[in-house]
Amino acid sequence: MLELLGTSLAELFPNGISRYAIGGVLVGLGVVIVYVGTGIIAGASTFLESTLSYVSGQSRFKQYRSSRDWRIVFTLGIIGGAAVYAVLFQGGIWTTEVQWWRLLIGGVLVGIGTRIGKGCTSGHGVCGVASASVTSFVNVAIFLAVAIATAQLVMLAGVAP
Amino acid sequence: MSERHPLFYPVVLLGGLVFGFGLAYSHMARPEVVLEFLQLQDFGLLFVMFGGSIVAGIAFFAVPALRERAPLTGRAYGRRMKSFDRNVAAGGVIFGVGWGLTGICPGAAYASLGVGNYPILWGIAGMFLGAYGQGYVRSLRADRDVDLSAAD
Repeated sequence: MLELLGTSLAELFPNGISRYAIGGVLVGLGVVIVYVGTGIIAGASTFLESTLSYVSGQSRFKQYRSSRDWRIVFTLGIIGGAAVYAVLFQGGIWTTEVQWWRLLIGGVLVGIGTRIGKGCTSGHGVCGVASASVTSFVNVAIFLAVAIATAQLVMLAGVAP
Repeated sequence: MSERHPLFYPVVLLGGLVFGFGLAYSHMARPEVVLEFLQLQDFGLLFVMFGGSIVAGIAFFAVPALRERAPLTGRAYGRRMKSFDRNVAAGGVIFGVGWGLTGICPGAAYASLGVGNYPILWGIAGMFLGAYGQGYVRSLRADRDVDLSAAD
């Protein structure tokens, strides 16, 4: 029985669990540091609109002017923290094999979807779920289901990487 | 804009550093690993998302019980509650297609840049284009609504 459990766990988590669990706790801790100090609940996707407010006078972007400075600092922190990981554990740079047109098209959809849907994997998926927000639960359930279906279709279509 | 506490930006930066380190450590900064989850080959991503939620959730519920306002901003502690409407569902679908196609989301994409993944700039450029496009359309609609009500 224990052996069976071990086998199925190894199938579900071929790379183990600790990497993901430790990383997840740190992601949460990053949110907590900002929250405890400032009361702000930081998501990653509003940075897109708030940064656009520097170059566009559109009314949609203006509403994010008051938060645009700290959102840039937070994003630079994300890049920097990942760079620290790369230096300490990765030993040099890592690059994706996913093709540029997939990144570009997917990026456009991600940019539209997170802004219309009021959040992303960090905003709804981590902070919204942490707030026990029904809106976030619904959004996460929808994007997980659609993303899994999409990835399956892409795999079936033989697009790789 | 009011004066910021001298520790405001350092604390935001520190939070970002830990957040980004966590994303890189969990390998979420690699689109391939996210795609393996979406292709149901490695369920580790669930530990990242819900591990992060549990840690943040403890703070969102415990901190407001201990004190009312944040020391650096005077902001009242609250939770992240957004109203539900059709946009939340439509946005979830559009985001889901994009995420499923590429394995990238905003936070992980910034972290991806940090681990040296320069091709992710295509994805980040796409995200800005998408965010600009929806903002442009919504601004036009909002301005038109203002004009209509002003004409009454």
